[in-house]
Amino acid sequence: MKLTGAEIIWECLVREGVEYVWGYPGGAILPTYDALSKYQNKIKHVLVRHEQGATHMADGYARATGKVGVAMATSGPGATNMVTGIATAMMDSSPIVCITGQVASGVIGSDAFQEIDITGITLPITKHNFLVTDLRELVTTLRKAFFIARSGRPGPVLVDVAKDVQNASIEFEYPTDAIRLPGYRPAQSASVQQIERAVEMLLKAKRPLILAGHGVNMSGAERALLTLAERGHIPVALTLLGKGAVPESHPLCLGMMGMHGGASVNQAIQGADLLIACGMRFDDRVTGNLKTYSPNSKKIHIDIDASEINKNVKVDVGIAGDLRTVLEQLLPHVPVMQHDEWMSEIREWQRDVDHRDIVNQTPPTDKLFAAHAIRDLWKATGGNALVVTDVGQHQMWEAQYYLHERPRTLITSGGLGTMGFGLPAAIGAKMGCPNDHVWAIVGDGGFQMTLTELGTAAQENININVAIINNSYLGMVRQWQEFFYEERYNATPMHNPDFCKLAEAYGIAAIRVTNRAQIPEAVAKAQSINGPTVVEFRVEEADIVYPMVPAGADLHNMIRRPNNIPDFTESH
Amino acid sequence: MKHTLVALVENEPGVLNRVASLFRRRNFNIDSLTVGRTENPNISRMTIVLDSNVTRVYQVEKNLYKLVNVISVQEVTQRPFISRDLALIKVVCAPEVTATAERFGARVLDQTDGMCVIEFAAEESRVEELVEALRPFEIVELVRTGVVAMGQGGVVTRVEPDWATA
Repeated sequence: MKLTGAEIIWECLVREGVEYVWGYPGGAILPTYDALSKYQNKIKHVLVRHEQGATHMADGYARATGKVGVAMATSGPGATNMVTGIATAMMDSSPIVCITGQVASGVIGSDAFQEIDITGITLPITKHNFLVTDLRELVTTLRKAFFIARSGRPGPVLVDVAKDVQNASIEFEYPTDAIRLPGYRPAQSASVQQIERAVEMLLKAKRPLILAGHGVNMSGAERALLTLAERGHIPVALTLLGKGAVPESHPLCLGMMGMHGGASVNQAIQGADLLIACGMRFDDRVTGNLKTYSPNSKKIHIDIDASEINKNVKVDVGIAGDLRTVLEQLLPHVPVMQHDEWMSEIREWQRDVDHRDIVNQTPPTDKLFAAHAIRDLWKATGGNALVVTDVGQHQMWEAQYYLHERPRTLITSGGLGTMGFGLPAAIGAKMGCPNDHVWAIVGDGGFQMTLTELGTAAQENININVAIINNSYLGMVRQWQEFFYEERYNATPMHNPDFCKLAEAYGIAAIRVTNRAQIPEAVAKAQSINGPTVVEFRVEEADIVYPMVPAGADLHNMIRRPNNIPDFTESH
Repeated sequence: MKHTLVALVENEPGVLNRVASLFRRRNFNIDSLTVGRTENPNISRMTIVLDSNVTRVYQVEKNLYKLVNVISVQEVTQRPFISRDLALIKVVCAPEVTATAERFGARVLDQTDGMCVIEFAAEESRVEELVEALRPFEIVELVRTGVVAMGQGGVVTRVEPDWATA
């Protein structure tokens, strides 16, 4: 049967199991949008308000489901608007496929209207990308795109399709043979020698610690990791993207490490004699000063990406392979062990942390602290919501005070730290997981970068709840200014609109919370509404995320929260 | 220390751009990079010379592997190998120029308008010696291809007939 290139794009998406496409039409992709009429019963297209939103929605969907998210845009500005979303997906290894229209192949290179070299622009921020100027290559290219996006270390793939390719027709036959990618061989498993060396170190260790990252969730290694931890009696520290790798209520789970991680967690890293790094990449936000990082430990590093081994931290055993496969190779050699002395040392550190923790203190009732807001949100949602955050202080408070029991229930921009990620990613996550209560936790700054997607949420009646942690500041920058720039608060105070009225203008129900007592009812009400809601939390303006390892400082030299809650009204 | 990597890549548009972009992005400094055809029309071969420590070279190798179009990467420096750098050197003609060229085993390729073009293919260091020897005679123009390298005897870098399929 003869089909146009535009129809072939949809045929391929259907065969890849695509449920949703988030996109925005325009000249060079119009043939594909026209062909959508024939496929609307198979794929739901969601009109976004900005192409960045489309990429974050595809990303949120991908992280929530593990499936490939698809975003679509036109050439030129449509494509360049995707750049931030693509880079976000790249840094956090999220599988998305972006399909962009390109000007007709005959005029490529002539600076035609809305022509941009998007494969050139996205070359360093995609796992791979393609420009299709020959219709005969379209099917193969799309198959490769999906395969590359989802396999190995996942990541974004962009396919740029010239307009004449979309218009032309060809006999359509979907190939069933294997995809030919001679240079693409993702790492698989460990060698016998690597397993032997790792086991040897494990048996000698008195103070072992597992560092669990995003790779645990991506490879589905949660069960194997927990078995390793329990059988070996090994505590587990989480990276930001590793939250959900093990249940946070589990006694061996210490919580988050790094710049805003638990002080006791960082102390454990510094005091360990063996680190078993699983699907994490020793980012500067988790290591602090590399020269003093975990100085007395042997290190085992398991990651799907061989180029991550020895990139930042020199390790003793580096295993490039799929984490679940490698752990399952390792487990038969791991005996039941006990590290009671080590655990009680960690418990001692934890007691000090608990003592200082703001959630264990009672501030004046007329003040709302973000930490309390998020802890109460955790309680009111039964700790079971799928949470998507934006970037900044609220993100760190979420990581500290919302405890996750299940994998893929915290979605956040870790590597790139993309403000504006939260709302659109939450829309994508909700569409992927319709049975979950989805909360977008955003700051007043980041929210205003992509709040235009409230329009998408309203039009599609996406049942998400948006918690705006409003402190009328770019809080994280403000915090750095307070600590490191002698309190010169340049360009961080924000004059915000009335967020509740703004939501109402979109036809979205809105609730304002100004003290702690209102939280349970506000959360219950928001969750009971079938459709998007906005809950604005008016929190203390000058609060700080504690503890904090200043950038580049030693991991154990943290700025700790003072023992009493300061009266911020006087510091103004 | 200098390390020489040989990379076999798919002969497709934009592959050189991807490799160059990788070096720039990861801040890998390269001495030279050459690319050319091979015995297989679908495969191009790159020779990359780096002046780096071993850890850095390992990183370059692993990052090259991450490029979908890169089929194989081998460091030839570890094993017996030969390498050549080709230079064309235009010098104002003089009897000593011809004599110097002869002493090095280089060839005078052209003599026009009182200028000689000397062709010399040798190991990089040997080419440098010739260039230094010719410097007193006013070098007008100089071009070098960069190093190409090949393992000796059984040390072979080529794509196996049964290319891995996914």
